[in-house]
Amino acid sequence: MDGLTSAALSGAFRGEWGRVVAFLIRMTGDWDLAEECAQHAVARAVERWPRDGVPANPGAWLTTTARNRALNVLRHRGTEAAALPDLAARAAAREAAAGDADADPFPDERLRLIFTCCHPALPLEGRVALTLRTLAGLTTAEIARAFLVSETAMAQRLVRTKRKIRAAAIPYRVPPAHLLAERTGGVLGVLYLLFTEGYAATAGPVTLRPDLCAEAIHLARMLTRLMPDEPEALGLLALLLLQHSRRAARTDQAGDLVALYDQDRTRWDRADIADGLTLLDTALAHGSPGPYQTQAAIAACHALAPDAAATDWARIAALYARLIDLEPTPVVRLNHAVAVAMAEGPAAGLRLLDELAGSPQLAGYHLFPATRADLLRRLDRHPEAAVAYRQALAQARTDPERRYLARRLTESLESSPRA
Amino acid sequence: MLVCGAEPGREPTDEEMAPALAWTTEMTDRGVRESGHRLGPAASATTVRVRDGQLLLSDGPFAETYEQVLGYDLLECANLDEAIEVASRHPAARWGSVEVRPVWTA
Repeated sequence: MDGLTSAALSGAFRGEWGRVVAFLIRMTGDWDLAEECAQHAVARAVERWPRDGVPANPGAWLTTTARNRALNVLRHRGTEAAALPDLAARAAAREAAAGDADADPFPDERLRLIFTCCHPALPLEGRVALTLRTLAGLTTAEIARAFLVSETAMAQRLVRTKRKIRAAAIPYRVPPAHLLAERTGGVLGVLYLLFTEGYAATAGPVTLRPDLCAEAIHLARMLTRLMPDEPEALGLLALLLLQHSRRAARTDQAGDLVALYDQDRTRWDRADIADGLTLLDTALAHGSPGPYQTQAAIAACHALAPDAAATDWARIAALYARLIDLEPTPVVRLNHAVAVAMAEGPAAGLRLLDELAGSPQLAGYHLFPATRADLLRRLDRHPEAAVAYRQALAQARTDPERRYLARRLTESLESSPRA
Repeated sequence: MLVCGAEPGREPTDEEMAPALAWTTEMTDRGVRESGHRLGPAASATTVRVRDGQLLLSDGPFAETYEQVLGYDLLECANLDEAIEVASRHPAARWGSVEVRPVWTA
């Protein structure tokens, strides 16, 4: 197989996997069979395409092959034989109803799939894993690596999640209108979690896992196409792109984190920024701001500042205040305090931060003491800063974060008056 | 659907339970509730276990440290979303909790 064909193959597989699986689940109601048939179609393509050439519509080829396989398996099983003509008839009716000769004979069922994978009755880890497996087409081994668990454990997680869908009768559908807003929030939440896991890995030796970020962006973009009138989906995609644009500047050569204001902005990805800003404008034009659009607007403030000193912190603080109205969580309040500290000085930020002390949701969250420490340091209250850096250090979970905090702790101790 | 109390050892008050009657009537009329009962107080429970062939009985509910089961309703719902909607409208969902579980199918 030559390189070109190999690239065309993997492109077609990755792009079409979700559609094939989603269609097959719709057709058979059997998640395992759907995956198995999609895999079969891919294996067939690997065998045929290098010899016969890549078909004009690789997705339709893969879906047809997978569908035929499913029909064969079901026929062979016998039990569902009676239902088959009905399924085939329904598929044919859908094709006929589409009317249009250019219409895809295989309706895009990915929206049903993503809403089902992200159903709130499923365990959160299962939602993330199943979305990556069925929609993004990552293998169980790849997902296991991304989440630092064994392949066996990840396989079990996927099995358990699929079993719950079946046993608890979670419907394979886009939720009806009265549930749609809440459930859409759930889907966006899963994609954002996936991104943040790649953007600030919660454990392990490295801070960034850009593959997970790229998958989250890919899925968020897919969602904006499936739900073009959902401004929060556009807002999420804009947010992810604006954050992802900084990836090359976020760590130094040693892999240590570089704070936003110390980053080399020439290394920010201009194409991602332009894309993100356009998407944000489109989202805001709907006139229905939500938490993701607001966070994207904050990220846009950073993206538009030519250098750190030129950052419009007053606007960022105002956007965080709006975000508190939408999502009054301690983490949002923490970020608001940081923005206020930048706009009005560390003392104002520290006052807001101290209102949050003792909040149970911030217990064990290292960024709370780390932020407090930074503000105390800027107020030249070095001994107090050292205490807070020590707390943060004890709670930080990745090596680069620990190195950053250890460096700051040493500086604070050096600046403290001798006892 | 299992209806559970908020705290172990405390029976709900008549005031807390009163709206359950309207819920029962509504869901039975709608055709999603097939049957159900409120259970006697937790203190009247006997828990049965057999371990290594030996019958072990203990006084009280099986999980005394947990929220106690107050009653159950057998529902026939189209899918989990409908079951969640029905459960969320039971008064115990507000002060206790309601567990939704499919009946065993082999």
